[in-house]
Amino acid sequence: EALVLNDPDFQHEDLNFLSRSQRYEQAIRKSALMVMKLREHGIADPEEIFWFKSFVHRGRPEPLDLHLGMFLPTLLTQATPEQQDRFFMPAWNLEIIGTYAQTEMGHGTHLRGLETTATYDPATQEFILNSPTVTSIKWWPGGLGKTSNHAIVLAQLYTQGQCKGLHAFIVPIRQLGTHEPLPGITVGDIGPKFGYDEMDNGYLKMDNFRIPRENMLMKHAQVEPDGTYVKPVSDKLTYGTMVFIRSIIVGDSARSLSRACTIAIRYSAVRHQSELKPGEPEPQILDYQTQQYKLFPLLATAYAFHFVGAYIKDTYHRISGDISEGDLSELPELHALTAGLKAFTSWVANAGIEECRMACGGHGYSRCSGIPDIYVTFTPSCTYEGENTVMMLQTARFLVKSYTQVSSGQQVTGMVSYLNDLSRQRVQPQHVAARTVTVRINDPASLVEAYKARAARLVEAAAKNLQAELNHRRSKEDAWNRTSVDLVRASEAHCHYVVVKLFTAKLSEVSNAAVRAVLTDLCLLYALFGISKNTGDFLQAGILTSAQITQVNQHVKELLAVIRPNAVALVDSFDFHDVHLGSVLGRYDGNVYENMFEWAKKSPLNKTEVHASFHKHLKPMQSKL
Amino acid sequence: SVNPDLASERQTASFSVEKLTALLDGGAEQTRIRRAVVEAIESDPVFSRENQYFQTQNERYEAAVRKAVHLQKKMHEMGWTENGPEYKYIYRALSGDVAFLLHRVFMRSISVLGSDKQIAKWIPPATKHQLIGSYAQTELGHGTYLQGLETTAVFDIATQEFILNTPKISAMKWWPGDMGRSATHTVVFAQLYIHGKCYGIHPFIVQIRSLQDHSLCPGITAGDIGPKMNFEHIDNGYLMLKNVRIPRDNMLSKFCEVRPDGTYVRQGSQKINYFTMTTVRISLISDEVLTPLMKACTIAIRYSAVRRQSKLKPGEQEAKILDYQTQQEKLLPQLAAAYAFHFINDYLQELFDRGYREIQRKNFDMLPELHALSSGFKAVITHHCTAAVEICLRACGGHGYSLLSGLPSLYTKILASCIYEGENTILLLQTARFLIKCFMAASAGQPVPPSVTYLAAVKPGKCPAKNKLDFLRPDIYTEAYQHVAVRLISSTATKLQDLIQSGVKKYDAWNQCTVQLVQAAKAHCHYITVKNFAATVEKLETKAGIQRIMKHLCDLFALHGIFSNTGAFLHDGYVSAAQMDMVTASYLDLLAVIRKDAVPLVDAFDFTDKNLNSALGSYDGQVYERLYEWAQKSPTNKMSPAYERYLKPLLHNTLSKL
Repeated sequence: EALVLNDPDFQHEDLNFLSRSQRYEQAIRKSALMVMKLREHGIADPEEIFWFKSFVHRGRPEPLDLHLGMFLPTLLTQATPEQQDRFFMPAWNLEIIGTYAQTEMGHGTHLRGLETTATYDPATQEFILNSPTVTSIKWWPGGLGKTSNHAIVLAQLYTQGQCKGLHAFIVPIRQLGTHEPLPGITVGDIGPKFGYDEMDNGYLKMDNFRIPRENMLMKHAQVEPDGTYVKPVSDKLTYGTMVFIRSIIVGDSARSLSRACTIAIRYSAVRHQSELKPGEPEPQILDYQTQQYKLFPLLATAYAFHFVGAYIKDTYHRISGDISEGDLSELPELHALTAGLKAFTSWVANAGIEECRMACGGHGYSRCSGIPDIYVTFTPSCTYEGENTVMMLQTARFLVKSYTQVSSGQQVTGMVSYLNDLSRQRVQPQHVAARTVTVRINDPASLVEAYKARAARLVEAAAKNLQAELNHRRSKEDAWNRTSVDLVRASEAHCHYVVVKLFTAKLSEVSNAAVRAVLTDLCLLYALFGISKNTGDFLQAGILTSAQITQVNQHVKELLAVIRPNAVALVDSFDFHDVHLGSVLGRYDGNVYENMFEWAKKSPLNKTEVHASFHKHLKPMQSKL
Repeated sequence: SVNPDLASERQTASFSVEKLTALLDGGAEQTRIRRAVVEAIESDPVFSRENQYFQTQNERYEAAVRKAVHLQKKMHEMGWTENGPEYKYIYRALSGDVAFLLHRVFMRSISVLGSDKQIAKWIPPATKHQLIGSYAQTELGHGTYLQGLETTAVFDIATQEFILNTPKISAMKWWPGDMGRSATHTVVFAQLYIHGKCYGIHPFIVQIRSLQDHSLCPGITAGDIGPKMNFEHIDNGYLMLKNVRIPRDNMLSKFCEVRPDGTYVRQGSQKINYFTMTTVRISLISDEVLTPLMKACTIAIRYSAVRRQSKLKPGEQEAKILDYQTQQEKLLPQLAAAYAFHFINDYLQELFDRGYREIQRKNFDMLPELHALSSGFKAVITHHCTAAVEICLRACGGHGYSLLSGLPSLYTKILASCIYEGENTILLLQTARFLIKCFMAASAGQPVPPSVTYLAAVKPGKCPAKNKLDFLRPDIYTEAYQHVAVRLISSTATKLQDLIQSGVKKYDAWNQCTVQLVQAAKAHCHYITVKNFAATVEKLETKAGIQRIMKHLCDLFALHGIFSNTGAFLHDGYVSAAQMDMVTASYLDLLAVIRKDAVPLVDAFDFTDKNLNSALGSYDGQVYERLYEWAQKSPTNKMSPAYERYLKPLLHNTLSKL
């Protein structure tokens, strides 16, 4: 961290004042420098690279992201040794800069729908790549627009007249030396976006572009010189990569929300407004119950997601040992769980960041607050690596499958084991009513049980509705579609339960008593606030009574007051450096107003005292009238 | 040619799109006038927004100034006047992308707050744009809470002048539009001091830039506040005053006057001024809130009929994403909300017109109710519509994230409405204060204003619905909304009283109940919206299928509100667990019904392609072709210096030379 922050080469003007082209240029400049410095300092450990990179780019995307994060790893996992010899070292030395071109203009999450074709020509031993329609143009890959000279392209493989499905090909797209697009390649930047200004997301159109047979990544599937296709062994292995990337997004949800909370809570301690008590000076807005009600549950959420992210990463590392030994038994559950958690945490964080911004009033709207930037950078994670609704439905598929197993008398294990209880409850229906009284709203462990009961009831309801649709003799797909709103709700309830459970479990691991106490308050707030926002589910299932709901609402408000004195300390603990936070409102020293003024003076509109448009437009009008 | 996926959607419309457009406009004649204005503006290249997404802040600002200047000429040419029927459509036709909006606020505040003499002096040159005004109220450290403003105006009897000062940094004026670069004058709100005594906030006309060369006047520091999430075309500004002297006549003195000897005199009733502030909140709803939501719905729904993804039935081609229940559940409630709020806006406009007539007759009885309604509805509608636009944005997946979709700009623009003209939470608490007061009065048998008479008629009981079809009866769901509003208001009132009786100070008790008070205010507004929608549908003509489809939307709006807030309805058992399942079933059934008319329902909003300015939302549905064509125009596709400067050495491994 200090290495980067003290390096004058990495300083530059505030990004908010730069145009898109300038931001891209700055990012490229820093990436080039970064690569050099990494080598200079001899940093090679992936974790260390990650931190170094995140400080160089202050947590922002950069044009080499796809090269480092997708192109190189894909070579490692999917290229044959010969291919690695040809491509890996040049790529490592950045003579080759690559990207990963999967998404097309007309097709995203549904991979089988991709239209790009790679047709094998045995006469020349080449693949002929084509973008047959407008919708098949590769669209969005980062670094494709201006930076890369190679791309790993996903295309439908045709050989011997048959389609063999999606495969990956290494495609040179720009001339080494001149960087001009190669004949047959049309490539460019897709234009301005909500955020990601420094990233040259690109398009790629191929017209009868030929690459040698050896450019298909052939570690798993192969095309022999005569065009014979050799099938891969297992496709479950790709689950591992997906789990890994999704675990990063969960961590990102936690980090982005933590940054927004840091800004909003520090600013709320600096901002004074109106009066609480007649005659007294204006209080800090953080003293208003409504402000606490907006921010503290989000603070608790940021902590919760932090622990969830760490859990998934640990689990992934634990079982990736098993995977390499060929034991894939835990993968399906982890895959289903991370799909849902990716969607759950990114949705919540997305909304939470916006709430933090709103809680900063007008100044939150200025780019100097830094929150607009956090939002526009984070919000695409609801879409990329699997659109959230689709992710929720994947988790639901697993839940319904588990429910069906339980119904047919089998036991299920892992996070869904609560479904086993459902069969017992059906035998003793009064059991449900009896349990109502046992929820103790001051006890996290008891609240975990409440969330568990809610998840069980919503999974059951969705599964039953699905069955009812099937009984109406609808096709499987149609029935699934007609139940999908219920299914998403069930997945959300399941994920919510998992988050409460993991947060609660974390408490016992904390040895410092004061830290444990404050984390327990946050955990309770997280769980109780979640109930108060979803009272209907708990009431309808008879898990809590109306009287208990009233108590829950009351207890939430009491917890706000309890957390208030620790609020700033709790965001300080996230330990974001001012440069990384990039916010005038969220500065550690709280000198907000002076610095807003300093910042504004640098605005591009203030470059000259009298703006050019005065002479061009205003003056002529005034003289004419 | 129209994309067949979109063409087929239009063939099955169950109602006349043209008739619905006329209903939204308030008559076919209005539709005609609106289209004429739009046509005149869009055919003039000066008003083009074609390159908007590629422009820098400086370019956007300059274009907006140019348009504002050109608009004067255009209006003259077309014979449009500020009082004419065309005027209200100009802003919509320009999509708000024009400078000098604050100039109008400047003129209006002089007309409302100034004496006849001041009006005669300032309005004619302002009308001719010989000076350009702004309106400087908000400060760096103070927003909605006006009494907290820190700028001072001290009266100097010797010179008969006011001396204006910004005593500290948090007192700097911050945010006023048109002030950063354009304005020559501004109305400054400052604490008035005479003989060392503070008389509170008053408005003063202050010249800030030279009328000759536009340079800043002595004692003035002013500039642009820097980039924001949107409104790049507006030069929101800051202003610092250092011993700036203005003549005594520059204090706007319709209601308060400082005599030459320093005597402070109040005159007339401030209430009319108060009413003006209240109407601003209502007047912004149509252009600043409903239009963006209607545009976002148009883009997202048309795109969802064109975009295909995965298969619903094996062997068929990939399905339109609009056919997925989850996609319908995202978009159709937002569409229903756009209609619901359109009708409540009509209702509020009418109510305010009536209020205005009463006030001119010196009858101020309606004022508290109008104030409560304007605060509450401004907050509820801006909040709801902002969230709705974001849902539309995210429902368009990756392409929604491109500026070329038009959705990011719509979102960043509409979300400012949650803050300006009063921060939403504070406004809801004002409404809540009114509701609590009325509830107490009603409980004591005293008369209350019409919109809250329901608080007097509290009937205990349960929801009478017996099957899912009963929840398509407006009387059933309206009653449920009413029940929840009454319950939330009465329980909060009781809690407040209990706290006060137990010895808690009044202001502390209030702060402890604010979370509930906000919920109560929202429930009240939600109830009125549902009730008004149902009443509007009942009055519609049954011809051309309009009433039927509006009834569906009304049902959807109401049931969506229950579905997403089940706890409030279940809480005291008014709606039972079994009934809640019926609500869900009816709600989900409605999605499939409205799905069939989704595209015609957005077509009825009648936005031109130029007005939408979206690669995803155009009428012909040629989404991908347009996206590709527009992307090629991006400035980033001109050769960037980044390659020669940084990439080339990187690729050629000559980094050390850098």
